[in-house]
Amino acid sequence: MSLRSLSCEQSLLARCDGSARFKHGETSVVAAVYGPGDVKPNKEIINKATIEVTFKPKTGLPGCAETALEKILQDTCEAVILTSLHPRSSISIILQVEHDDGSLLPCCINACCVALMDTGVPMRGFVCAVACAVQQSGEEIIDPTLEQEQSMSSFEGLLCITYGSCLAV
Amino acid sequence: MQQELVGSVVLPGDVVGVVRGDVELKLGPGVRREQDKIVATKCGVFRLRKPNMYWIDINQKRYVPVAKEHVIGIVTGKPGENFRVDIGSSQQALLPFLAFEGATKRNRPNVQIGDLLYCEISVANKDMEPELVCVDGSGKSHGMGVLSIDGFMFRCSLGLARKLLADDCPILKTLSARFSFEIAVGMNGCVWVKSKSVTNTILISNCIENSEYLGIDEIEKMVDQLVQSAHSY
Repeated sequence: MSLRSLSCEQSLLARCDGSARFKHGETSVVAAVYGPGDVKPNKEIINKATIEVTFKPKTGLPGCAETALEKILQDTCEAVILTSLHPRSSISIILQVEHDDGSLLPCCINACCVALMDTGVPMRGFVCAVACAVQQSGEEIIDPTLEQEQSMSSFEGLLCITYGSCLAV
Repeated sequence: MQQELVGSVVLPGDVVGVVRGDVELKLGPGVRREQDKIVATKCGVFRLRKPNMYWIDINQKRYVPVAKEHVIGIVTGKPGENFRVDIGSSQQALLPFLAFEGATKRNRPNVQIGDLLYCEISVANKDMEPELVCVDGSGKSHGMGVLSIDGFMFRCSLGLARKLLADDCPILKTLSARFSFEIAVGMNGCVWVKSKSVTNTILISNCIENSEYLGIDEIEKMVDQLVQSAHSY
């Protein structure tokens, strides 16, 4: 039971305030962060920063599945960013999938976290994530590849670990 | 405070010290108090200025306004009795007409939309728009005000801007030995350069941008290379 080789690169994009590319084996996601910046009046929150996440799949237009991923990522980032230090501002995170070979959500969470650290957004701690699955035979796999994910018919769980404490999703 | 962490890289969430009743601590950017612990909130190098000032050296691109810092802004509007100035923060700043040297209600400052201003932040808190002034408490401008249109403004990271403002900045020393130029550096990462010719201005701005991660010897080599390649045209 082992993770695939991880790799990470920061500050790869010149225009945004912070960016990161995170890889779990072949799965590769690029995250870009803009912020704390301007926010539209209809989206501003008077005592916190507004966190907006945009998830772009490798091919096709974003749909409901992408919106669900965006919500999970937004909740994760809100738990970690000190949003009360930047009221009435927005922190925008854009994720682009470069290649999906399984464990896409954990890769996105990790890329988000590293990009936020590159930007210098104040954070309570950092988040890292890994996907775990239990097959019908009882065998446990962590960081499954796309082939393993698609061949599994059992329940797959995702464990998100934050620095200093543990949250299970 | 964890003395062994001073000078090393810390990550958000790292506990860098504990609060003790008898010791007074001054916490700068990047560190904050959570109940009885001092925790880092950003990635960077943990620094100490003796006896008790702690902060984290962060390099970021986006500016967060802090009172009393000098910044360079672009005038984007003239609502009411103020100028609206873009200083790169999440909200645009306000600069009252009267906060210029010699300005009165009848004698308005000659500032147009699109002008560059070198000013000081007088009010900066997270809930409000920042406010700027171009005079100090006694009404003197000390070089603040409109920056000449003959110069060139470019953006750099906040870390490079702070390096340029240090007493013994190597890149500025190297450049001043070769060119004569005027420079204004804003803490918001905006740098304005003016020199005798356009070529020189572009050379100087390229040298400054390239020098961010170079050591002193490498800076000399880089400047010489750029000067040579510019003169070979």
